[in-house]
Parts: sequence; structure tokens; C-alpha cells
Amino acid sequence: MEIVSDQQRKKIHPHKFTLWVAIGSIIMMFAGLTSAFIVKSNQVNWTPVAMPKVFWLSTAAILFSSLTLQMALRSFKQREMGTYRLLIGLTMILSLVFLALQWAGFRDLWDQGVRLKGAGAGQFLYVIFGLHALHVIGGIIALVVMFVKAFTGRIKIYSSVPVEVMATYWHFVDLLWVYLLVFFIIIGR
Amino acid sequence: MSEAMHTTSAVSAAHGEHHDEHHGHHKETFITKYIFSQDHKTIAKQFLITGIVWAFIGGLFSVLFRLQLGYPDTKFPILETLFGHWAAGGQITPEFYYALVTMHGTVLVFFVLTAGLSGTFANLLIPLQIGARDMASPFLNMLSYWFFFGASIVMLSSLFIQTGPAAGGWTIYPPLSALGEASIGSKAGMDMWLIGMALFIVSSLLGGLNYISTILNMRTKGMSMTRLPLPIWAMFFTAVLGVLSFPVLLSGAILLLFDRNLGTSFFLSDIVVNGQVLPNEGGSAILFQHLFWFLGHPEVYIILLPAMGMVSEILSVNSRKPIFGYMAMLGSMFAICILAFLVWAHHMFVTGLNPFLGSVFVLLTLLIAVPSAIKVFNWLTTLWRGNIRFTPAALFSIGFVSLFISGGLTGIFLGNSTIDIHLHDTMFVVAHFHIVMGVASFFGMFAGVYHWYPKMFGRYLNNTLGYIHFWVTMIGAYLIFWPMHYEGLAGMPRRYLDKRGWVSFSQFGDLDKMITVVTVIVFAVQLLFIFNFFYSIFKGRKVTTQNPWGANTLEWTTPIRPGHGNWAGEIPEVHRWPYDYAKDGRDFIPQTEPVGANESAH
Repeated sequence: MEIVSDQQRKKIHPHKFTLWVAIGSIIMMFAGLTSAFIVKSNQVNWTPVAMPKVFWLSTAAILFSSLTLQMALRSFKQREMGTYRLLIGLTMILSLVFLALQWAGFRDLWDQGVRLKGAGAGQFLYVIFGLHALHVIGGIIALVVMFVKAFTGRIKIYSSVPVEVMATYWHFVDLLWVYLLVFFIIIGR
Repeated sequence: MSEAMHTTSAVSAAHGEHHDEHHGHHKETFITKYIFSQDHKTIAKQFLITGIVWAFIGGLFSVLFRLQLGYPDTKFPILETLFGHWAAGGQITPEFYYALVTMHGTVLVFFVLTAGLSGTFANLLIPLQIGARDMASPFLNMLSYWFFFGASIVMLSSLFIQTGPAAGGWTIYPPLSALGEASIGSKAGMDMWLIGMALFIVSSLLGGLNYISTILNMRTKGMSMTRLPLPIWAMFFTAVLGVLSFPVLLSGAILLLFDRNLGTSFFLSDIVVNGQVLPNEGGSAILFQHLFWFLGHPEVYIILLPAMGMVSEILSVNSRKPIFGYMAMLGSMFAICILAFLVWAHHMFVTGLNPFLGSVFVLLTLLIAVPSAIKVFNWLTTLWRGNIRFTPAALFSIGFVSLFISGGLTGIFLGNSTIDIHLHDTMFVVAHFHIVMGVASFFGMFAGVYHWYPKMFGRYLNNTLGYIHFWVTMIGAYLIFWPMHYEGLAGMPRRYLDKRGWVSFSQFGDLDKMITVVTVIVFAVQLLFIFNFFYSIFKGRKVTTQNPWGANTLEWTTPIRPGHGNWAGEIPEVHRWPYDYAKDGRDFIPQTEPVGANESAH
């Protein structure tokens, strides 16, 4: 066993690697959906949609949460647990703000009269942004677990792997959101 | 559904520390040992046994619809006793027939040949052959099985609801599958199909993630990538294909669920059902086919590659010769893996696909013949002048090569878009994919079960029953599927339950009777295999030596009945490639033996 762990020390941690493969897999799902969107947008009866302005605010919220989580990771590595708890709490709040703003964006669209009937940009937006929100919720659940552990953690191992995995996933969800937003602005017209 | 997976991956990573400490020294209860087990070997057995149950169900379905195809005039009162109004008057109703073929395809493609095959052997072989104590994340691995179990429960319960299971073909093309009013098989059964498949996709993604990161990160000292046994390479490519293609099917399934239940029209446009004009506008049914086949084609190789890998290993071990062209095997698997993503539209030649685009897909499709031919050549040259031991596993492997050749050649016919105009949706297609993908992969799976059964259960399967199983299945498979080529060339369509109305097909009546009779016999022989499997777990001949086949790979350096953690002491170190058979006058040299002073490494 020592032989193996010696050898593995030089390599990327298996959990991090697993996360990267999982990210590849999530990318394929959104690639499938956005390419379906491109195909459909070139066909007849396509109805464009005006992007609600509130999505800019949510973009700011999630970008800012990425920043706070990165800072949390740094303070974890420097073993400043007080700052770490504060920053991870802040990340959680920002992520919930993001979700609330997404909800407001959906309400805005709904009030514009974009319903589920049909097959235009609005319906794709509901599905794609909705799936993205589910991925964010998954991340928030992990954040909550991490937050609770930061206060009750009995195990005194300062391995930063879980926090790093969390941060990587969160940055990914963040970038995915930016991609989806830019995608809708450019192609969704 | 997929978000559950991502959550768990993040959460389990968050709990990461205490999973690395499991080495089987701790006390295990019945539940942690056999039910919610995190031991890859137990999970492999769970996948295998669930797969066997599904194979029985899926096989039984084919027997039922073959009765209809072979004997459309005959009444079987027992069917009415068993299935009630689905077989009113002892004859299978059209709705029942479509449900049977749909579920036969779904069950065998996904639940048996994907989960049952790679779920079993990737779990069993990866840690054992690369020299690891378990998977990268045993917890995700356990979740993978239980998501599969959940998918199985949902799919199985769809068989028992009043409107029956999904019945629009295993490809569930909209608009038929999207509109409950169009067919009873598109009512609740179709929602359950989609939910079951979503769970299934989560299961196979969790499994695939684990396989990839285990193979890349957990190899023992000295086990470089080019010293990996070929089954591991095959499982690696399989997992990569699955991880990249299943999410695309999931996206298609999600859009279809929206169309079915929430009134969107992603796939629906200009439809009239029973004289009623539907309000849906602007959708594209072809879009679904693109999303479906972007998974659907790689899926074929997800099924076939593990069989190829295991057959390579078993042929080398049982002909007591090194595998011919190890690097060529890797290269051809890699090429197949890449090409698998670039040929999906050959399933759609007659959907109005642009003929120029079609010709590109013809070229790419025919290119697959090159790596396939390399692999066939290598298998034959591995057997060539070998000191062959005809164990049941070896026979099934040779049978695999035979089926792969005959089924592969007809693929060249179908890959041509012009010939496909005549052959598409005929029995020719059914014959082609059953031989090359269905039966061939089944043979790879049987070969694997016979070969690694001693490692799984510490006992042997009965050989005599194994030989009967092989010969009847081999001859039976050709008798069933070969004649279907002729029917297909004559234009007989697939998915039709009664062809008596066509003069041109009535000549095949007796042929269809023969196929049905053989199907029943072959099915009975599979029951013999199932008997052999379960009987031998408890009463089979015991394995007394650590390395019963004289094989080089690491799984045979573990105890006869390895515990959780696989090796009692340290994990062995690897010094050579796994195919040093008949080298320097020695029958075999295990991977753990250092390269001698007078010996050249491979």
C-alpha cells in the first residue's frame, strides 16, 4: 500500500480527476442542448426572446461567489479557519442570491408571455437555464455540507482536496453560466 | 437526474478521507457485505446477477414475439391465461407485440449488454488487473449499482401498469413516443421508460467516471499504460464513450419529457391524430434522431468493446501465445472510439438527410472496417498455430470472432447510403445488428463469465453444460439470424407482426416457423446456463490452485477467494507486459516476475 500511495503522491488526486471527467460529461449534455438550440433556431417558426436584464445581476452574483470561494480555499490552505468559515458562508449566501435572481429572471420571462407552449428560444431557455440551476443546487448542497463541517468538523486533517474539488466544480458551474448567457445573447436573437 | 450525480460526486469527494482506509480488516455485517457493499467484486456480482435476471426477461419477450412471427395463425391459449387481454384469444395483440419488441430492445441493449456486461467486468477486472485495492471511489461505485437497481425497478414496474410499457420501438422516436393519444404504448409507460433511462444514465455515468479515474490513477507500481491487459484498455475506451455520449441522450430525454408533459414542441410540429389537429408547431422530429443516435451509435461500441477486450485476453491465454499486435489492438480500439462519434447519421440516411452529407457519413462508416479488420486479423493470428485449449471460454471467444466477421461484413452493405435505401428497416438490419452487436457481445460476456467465474466464486462452472451451451447457442444463433438476411433482401420489413397479407413474403412462412423453433431451443439452453451459474455458486467444483488457467495477469496472484482489498499483503509490482506466453521455453511468465538478465523485455 505504501508503494501505491508513494506513487500516487506525484499524480493528481483520484477524486479531482473524477471531477474533471464528470465536468467533461456535463459539458457534453449542455453541448447537446445548445446544438439542438442552434439547429432549431435556423428553422421556420422560430421565436426569439428578449433576455431579462436581471440575468446580468445574477451573473455578477455567481462571479463574485467564485471569487469568495477561491479566497476561502486560500485561507483554508493557510489554516485561517475563521476567515475560511466567513468566506464559505459568504459564498453560500451569494449562491442563494444567484438562485433567487435566476427565479426572478424566469418570472420576468413568464410575465412577458413566454410560456412552455411552443419551441422557441424561450422554451429552450427554461430547459437549459433550469438544468443549469439544478447543477447549481447540487453545488449548494455540497457547500452546505462543507459549511456545517467547517463548524463541527472533528477530524483534524488539513487536507485541502475536498475544498479544491468544491472550488473546481463551482468555478465550472460559474463558467458554464457565462457560456450559456453569452450563447443566448449571440444566438438567441 | 444528473444533478444528483454531480452532487454526490462533490459530496463524496468532500467525505473523501475515510474511504481510502477500507481494506477489509473491519467487521462487516450482511448488509455491508452483500447489499450495500463497496467492494468492487461484490458490486460486479450484483451487476451480473441483475443482468442475468434482465436477460431472462428480455429473452422471454423475444420468444413471445417469435411465436407470433412464426405462427401467426395458431392460437396459444396459455398466452391468454398468462397475459389476459394482451393476448386475447391466445394470440398476441398488436399493442402487445410492439411493447414486446420495444422492451426486448431496451432491456437487452441497456440493461443487459451495457450494465450487465461492462458493469460486471469493468468492476471485477479493473482493480484486479491493474493492481488496486478497489475503485477510485468505492462509494460512487456502490451508488452506480443502486441507481441501476432503481432504473430496473422503474422499468420493470412499467411492464405491469394498465396501459403497458413503452411501445414505440427502443429508439422511442417522436412524434409517436411524445403523444399519449397516438398509441397506448406512449402513455404512462413511456414516461416510466424515460425516467428509468434517466436513472440508468446516472448509473452508467457514475460507473464510467470511476472506471476512467481508477485506470488512470490507481495502477500499481510498474503497471504502465502499455503493460495493461487488453480488457482494461477496452473498459477504458468503453467508459470514455459512455461518459461523453450518455449525457447527450439525457438531454434528448429531458426535452422529450417536456414535450410529453409540459406542452413544449421541441420535437412536434403539424400533427393530426385521429382527425384532431394538434396545436404543436415549430418542432423537429429529426432533431431527436440526431440527439438519440449521437448516443445510439457509440452505444454499439459501448456494448462491443468490453467483449473485444475480454476475447483478446481469453484467446491469448487459451492459445498459450502472446496476443498478436498488442499496439495494433490499442490503435484500432482508439480509432473505433473516435469514429464511433462520427457516424451517427448512418442511422438516418432515409430521413431526408442531405445526400452529400450522407456520402461523408458513408465514408466515415466504411472506415470503421479498417480497425475492425485489424482486430479480426490479430485474433486469427493469435489463434494461428497456437496450443489451443478448448475451454468453454475459449470456444465462446472463437465464436465471438466468427460472429463479428459475419455480422461485420453485412455492416458494409448497410453503411452504403444507396444500398440502405433498399435495406433500411428490413429484417436485414435486424440480422446485421443482432449478429454483430447482440449475439457477439453475448458471446464475449459468456466467455468472460466462464473464464473469470473461478475468480468470482472460487468454483468452476460445469464444463459439459458449458459445451452444450456453446454449441447449441452458436449453431442456433446462425440458424436464427442468417435466414433473416434473405428476408431482408426480399424487402420484408422489421417491426411488422403479420406479413401474410403480402404475396412476396408468404414464401418465408416456413422459414419463420424454423426461426421460431430454433429460438425456443436456444432460449431453453440459456436456462441451462442460468441453472449452471447458480448451481455452481454453491455446488461447483472447487478451485484449488491460485492460477487455474496459467495466466499472467494480476488477478491470479490474489487469494482464491480474495477479501475486500484483494491482496492480503502488499500489492504486487509489475515488471513486464501481460502476454509473455510460450517465451524462452516457458509456458507463461506472470507479470510480477522481473525481466531476467538474458531476457529482452517485450
